[in-house]
Amino acid sequence: MAAILVFSERDDVARQLLGTAGELGSQMGLTAAVAAFGKADPSSYFNRGASTVYVAQDEALQEFEASVYAEALNQTAQQAGAEIILIGSTRRGKELAGRLAQKMGAGCITDTDTLEVKDGQLVCTRNALGGATVATQTVITGVQVIAVMPGVGEMVESAEAGQLVELALSLKPSRVKVVERTDKGQGSVDIEGADVLVCVGKGMARQEDLKLAEELAAALGGLVACSKPIATDEKWLPEERIIGLSGKIGKPTLAICLGISGQVQFTVGIREAKTIVAVNNDPNAFIFQMTDYGIVGDLNEVLPRLTAALKA
Amino acid sequence: MNIIVCVKQTVDLQQVRIRKETREPVLENIPLTIGNIDKNALEEAVRIRDKVGGKVIAVSVGSEQLNDTIKEALAMGADEAVLVMSPELDRAESSIAALALAAAISKVGDYGLILVGEGSADNYSGQVGPRVAEILDLPQVTYVKSLAIENDTLKAVRSLEDCFETVEASLPVVVSVVSEINEPRIPSVTQILKAGKKPKQVFKPEELGIALTPATKTLSNLAPEQDRKRVLFQEGTDKDVASLVAALEAEGLVRR
Repeated sequence: MAAILVFSERDDVARQLLGTAGELGSQMGLTAAVAAFGKADPSSYFNRGASTVYVAQDEALQEFEASVYAEALNQTAQQAGAEIILIGSTRRGKELAGRLAQKMGAGCITDTDTLEVKDGQLVCTRNALGGATVATQTVITGVQVIAVMPGVGEMVESAEAGQLVELALSLKPSRVKVVERTDKGQGSVDIEGADVLVCVGKGMARQEDLKLAEELAAALGGLVACSKPIATDEKWLPEERIIGLSGKIGKPTLAICLGISGQVQFTVGIREAKTIVAVNNDPNAFIFQMTDYGIVGDLNEVLPRLTAALKA
Repeated sequence: MNIIVCVKQTVDLQQVRIRKETREPVLENIPLTIGNIDKNALEEAVRIRDKVGGKVIAVSVGSEQLNDTIKEALAMGADEAVLVMSPELDRAESSIAALALAAAISKVGDYGLILVGEGSADNYSGQVGPRVAEILDLPQVTYVKSLAIENDTLKAVRSLEDCFETVEASLPVVVSVVSEINEPRIPSVTQILKAGKKPKQVFKPEELGIALTPATKTLSNLAPEQDRKRVLFQEGTDKDVASLVAALEAEGLVRR
């Protein structure tokens, strides 16, 4: 029976994708398989809905390197009879997806945020035109490579037994040598999962004003996030806090945008929020076009008032 | 050593408007430009060339308007351009663009480094670099935030979600850069004037022997529905703040 093959270098994402694979597979008559390269406990994937778990003891797989992993997945996909390959759309996953798709002569969609089966065909959506639009696309080649955003799939519990297959792969060693790896020292902040996000943009004049955003976030039980320039240009906040096309996509109940102009590259990261609030000193700021509630005013005046009112 | 930079022609995204009735983007008569992160790749190429010599060759794929758009890259410091042009290549999907780019790069032949942006300005799919690397059977080093070339070896620092990774690879290699790598220069008027006179090599897809077979199909491309209340408190006073808090409270969003 043909299969949907799942891979992510992130264990949690691989489990999510198995949930997706199971759901899609039941509609398309495909089984859910996972390539568990470099994983500590491959058989744990059976509890997440995998009917086949592929493992390989190959020196070349010790470090994740896209071209080697692409070849390993190519060989695995052929063995598994995979028609669809789901990959976690992380940075590593995206570079892998493109290379694998090229190797297999396949079409590829990255940063996929929804997947559904329509008339037997897998239909995906992703942001396009810098986030201004959402493109609905299908892959029309025999093999489809789909990179799915982390958090899209839902993990499932399964008690069914599966098959563990040990592959003998034929891989060339990596041509890229990893010399050093330094942790970014972040990673504990779950922007995607946050219920309340307080987002800071370039309308904030001084770094010390961040305190006002932090106090507001604390009063709401939320997290402080930011537009890209606040992290990459100003370096006031770490990159993991970036919201938008090149950062995190949040789905909070409440998003509060402070000094954010409303460029689509940012708003794509919060537009799924249930309620959006903006504070901006420019009454014509574009952000007010897409907010539920807006306040025109200086951040230094409005924020202390807002925080105080919420605490009262 | 020549340095190839792949750049993509896109509509100026700042100017894209949405038709309210249909939610379709209006793309007609919008100026074309080179993607933002592509400019970082170009800037990096020019800086490396100024250190180690050789030429910077901008390679691009697209509609006939590319003749004009590419001047931006030449003004920023690229020495030459190699273009694959055809009406069919207008907004070509990643698999087709990669095929055409790789074929054009093969025509150049002598190169040590192929630079691309981590993603294009419009689709940001990040496929083209890895696809080109696969077609040309080269190693790929993606999401690079700083790099150096020493004795035919690339030394680069990659910025991944959780870590920085310092890697080494022998040239030639495909490198994708993130916007943090540098600040692209704004070309001077003299450079802009000179850009039109720099050498340009133009190919048609059939001259490169490539088939433009689509691998994906776009069923629709629409702005997401936004149904927002758009209540605006104009003053930012205590009274306005109280009204906002009351509204949020009524929706069960605060003081839960």
